[in-house]
Amino acid sequence: MPILETIGLEKRFGGIVATHDVSLAVEKGARHALIGPNGAGKTTIINLLTGVLKPTAGSIMLDGRDITALVPHERVRLGMARTFQINQLFADLTPRESIGLAVSERLGTGGDWWRLLGRKSAVTGEIAEIIERFRIADVMHERTAILPYGKQRLLEIALAFACRPHVLLLDEPAAGVPEAERHELLATIAALPDEVTVLLIEHDMDLVFSFADRISVLVNGGLLLDGAPEEVAHDPRVKAVYLGEELDA
Amino acid sequence: MASVAEDVAAYLARRARWSPLEIAFWICAFATIWLFPGKHLILTEAAILALFALSLDLILGYAGIISLGQAAFFGLAGYCSGLLAKYGLVNEPVIALILSGFVAAALGFVTSFLVLRGSDLTRLMVTLGVALLLGELANRFSNITGGADGLQGVTIAPVLGLFRFDLYGHTGYIYCLVVLFISFIVARRIVYSPFGLSLRSLKGNTLRAAAIGIPVKRRLVAIYTVSAGFAGLAGALLTQTTAFCSLDVFSLDRSADLLLVLIIGGTGYLYGGLIGAVIYKFLQDWIASLTPQYWQFWIGFVLVVIVLVGRERVEEWGRALRASLARLGARVFARPVAIGGAASDGR
Amino acid sequence: MLTILFDGIAYGMLLFVLACGLSVTLGLMNLINLAHGAFAMAGGYCTVILVNRVGVPFILGLPIAFLVTAALGGLFERTLYVHVYRRSHLDQVLFTIGIVFMSVAAVDYVMGSSQQFVIIPQALQGQFIVFGIGMSKYRLLIILICGLLTIGLQLMIAKTRFGSRLRAAVDDQRVARGLGINVGAVFAVTFAFGSGLAGLGGALGAEILGLDPTFPLKYLIYFLIVVTVGGTTSITGPFLASILLGIADVAGKYYMPKLGAFVIYTIMIVVLIWRPQGLFARSAAR
Repeated sequence: MPILETIGLEKRFGGIVATHDVSLAVEKGARHALIGPNGAGKTTIINLLTGVLKPTAGSIMLDGRDITALVPHERVRLGMARTFQINQLFADLTPRESIGLAVSERLGTGGDWWRLLGRKSAVTGEIAEIIERFRIADVMHERTAILPYGKQRLLEIALAFACRPHVLLLDEPAAGVPEAERHELLATIAALPDEVTVLLIEHDMDLVFSFADRISVLVNGGLLLDGAPEEVAHDPRVKAVYLGEELDA
Repeated sequence: MASVAEDVAAYLARRARWSPLEIAFWICAFATIWLFPGKHLILTEAAILALFALSLDLILGYAGIISLGQAAFFGLAGYCSGLLAKYGLVNEPVIALILSGFVAAALGFVTSFLVLRGSDLTRLMVTLGVALLLGELANRFSNITGGADGLQGVTIAPVLGLFRFDLYGHTGYIYCLVVLFISFIVARRIVYSPFGLSLRSLKGNTLRAAAIGIPVKRRLVAIYTVSAGFAGLAGALLTQTTAFCSLDVFSLDRSADLLLVLIIGGTGYLYGGLIGAVIYKFLQDWIASLTPQYWQFWIGFVLVVIVLVGRERVEEWGRALRASLARLGARVFARPVAIGGAASDGR
Repeated sequence: MLTILFDGIAYGMLLFVLACGLSVTLGLMNLINLAHGAFAMAGGYCTVILVNRVGVPFILGLPIAFLVTAALGGLFERTLYVHVYRRSHLDQVLFTIGIVFMSVAAVDYVMGSSQQFVIIPQALQGQFIVFGIGMSKYRLLIILICGLLTIGLQLMIAKTRFGSRLRAAVDDQRVARGLGINVGAVFAVTFAFGSGLAGLGGALGAEILGLDPTFPLKYLIYFLIVVTVGGTTSITGPFLASILLGIADVAGKYYMPKLGAFVIYTIMIVVLIWRPQGLFARSAAR
């Protein structure tokens, strides 16, 4: 059974159909990439999956459970976390504080208003582990707003990871990252634990083909193709979509 | 070099520790009881204003909710405690205080849902509207509230049955200071808790907060309710120390003064309201002695100037001042000192 | 009962003239101007001085009040408000509260704190009885003037070049600028005009609403309610909202004297819960 599944997912904005009859299945432990030209609706799918948008039709199943009606923070509690294409960070908090926050929320102590943060050593250990995994130890005490972009991007993923998701949705993690900082980012993504299922939206084809074991191609809101990387790479329709119809003739 | 885990543990342990400057602040605060016996009346006003400002700091400085209507809770509890005393329903002031605080918190809870929706303007509108609405209610039901004349005939029983309120305000001041201190401790615990940290994330980015599993609405409702309770405590204290309550507890002036207090003192580190209140009160006293009637003009002037200069610049001066105080403190106490570290992450 | 309707409409139209400037500046410049009432007050006092002390005829006093207040608005806009356009809403609130406080205190100092009355010409006193409905002549004048103003405003916005520039700038400032529209000039003129209207409203309303230095604060909530209920994306929204509120307020105060004032507050809260963007607003693209 796939860990994440959409069934006939549909989203309309007035007359515009952003997502049309998308039935996607992501297997447990997969490294699944979602690609497609600009405007294909990839981020819309992520917003639908996470509950930021409500679908016009269709349903979403997480680990066999229908989550279509749940609000975003409830879905996080069930084990689905995401990153944003444009960094959504807490500008005035430091990475240490941000990750500490995510960890304490996940441990269920987020609503605790009497106990001081950090009294439980479990929290401390976990915060440290995540900071080290995502290579932000050197900047962990600085305000997020002044961090270099590459570090912010790493923090972006670290925050989602701190929720210990079963399914991690990465929305163009490498976008805008300068060449010098890409390697660190890509290595970090490659080193994500096997138990975490990853759904990746990306434009960077090198990253996609080196990382993914399954690729779905989205065009104009609909699913064009869904298969192994070699299939997709050689499919003439995909080439046509990316390079233009004329070349196909 | 310490491992990351040790570093994180040390930081978390350090952040909530009472800094020497904080301890010094409270020692000084309590010392004023004996050092300035002649000033107790104005100090009582300052303490009440400080608690009131603390309530606004909780929602404005930590959760980012702009409110022009804290006066609603202030006034409601003010009248509540006055009525409890006047009709002999609850004779002991501390119990009346707590009850009135709860009433105010209940109103906060009920109106919090209005505050959740809409833009900044909507929030301003709703908070202001509720305060004015209550003021209008108080005006209409003048048979209960005394209307424009205010609540008459209120006599306050001795605190805990032991300490009578005297004409010079000594008992009143000690009472207010103790309530302020206890409330402050509670607020401090809240702010340094995981809950408090989540509030700061809500102020920064509610989208991301939801995306890491924070139930945004629930948290905002919670802090708004708590803040309303604190504002209520302040209002009840005013009635109890002056044995009087009138319609101006609901006025826009009161909410505007509150914002000014927080601008002077700074938001987001809990002491802003306290320091700002003291400065404001003495400033008001001084200016009122110069131009008794047109105090409002100068308040307006200060507000305009501060905004033109730029609140961030004023805040920066405040932060720089605190930083140099911290450095001074470090030298005096021979160890690292932070001032209410919530606004900045000290090393 | 029809008299109440008539009075309510008059009150509502007055409210509209007073508040529409606020709605437009909020929608156009995203500026929360809590000092809007101060301009209304200025217009009222201007008329009082002109008509009562200098002896200018009332009918002439009205347009003069408009012009003086508009000039005042333009001056304030260029010297003060222009600095806070880009600031946060909290800053704007603090700033404009500061301005209200200063103006209230200043007027108190110069004119004293007692309520002022405009000497209304003989011709406008008393009422007509039409089909058994008592219509106060003064209120009839209000309806006439405000009605004409509303129509004129709507025409100006819909049909003139300035109007289309205004609508473009409200819709999307950046694009409007990109099209070569001098958004700064549009702001200045609109703000001045809105303030002028407020001044005119203040002058007309002195008789009905009462004029004293606390006017801006007393009526602030009413203006804000009009803007909240009517939305900021059109002229018709606040207009309909004002009429609704005017009738509701007058009727409420008549039929339920004890609770009448709460009708307005209740409407506001209900609207804010049900449709935070206003009863009559187009769903905003923002």
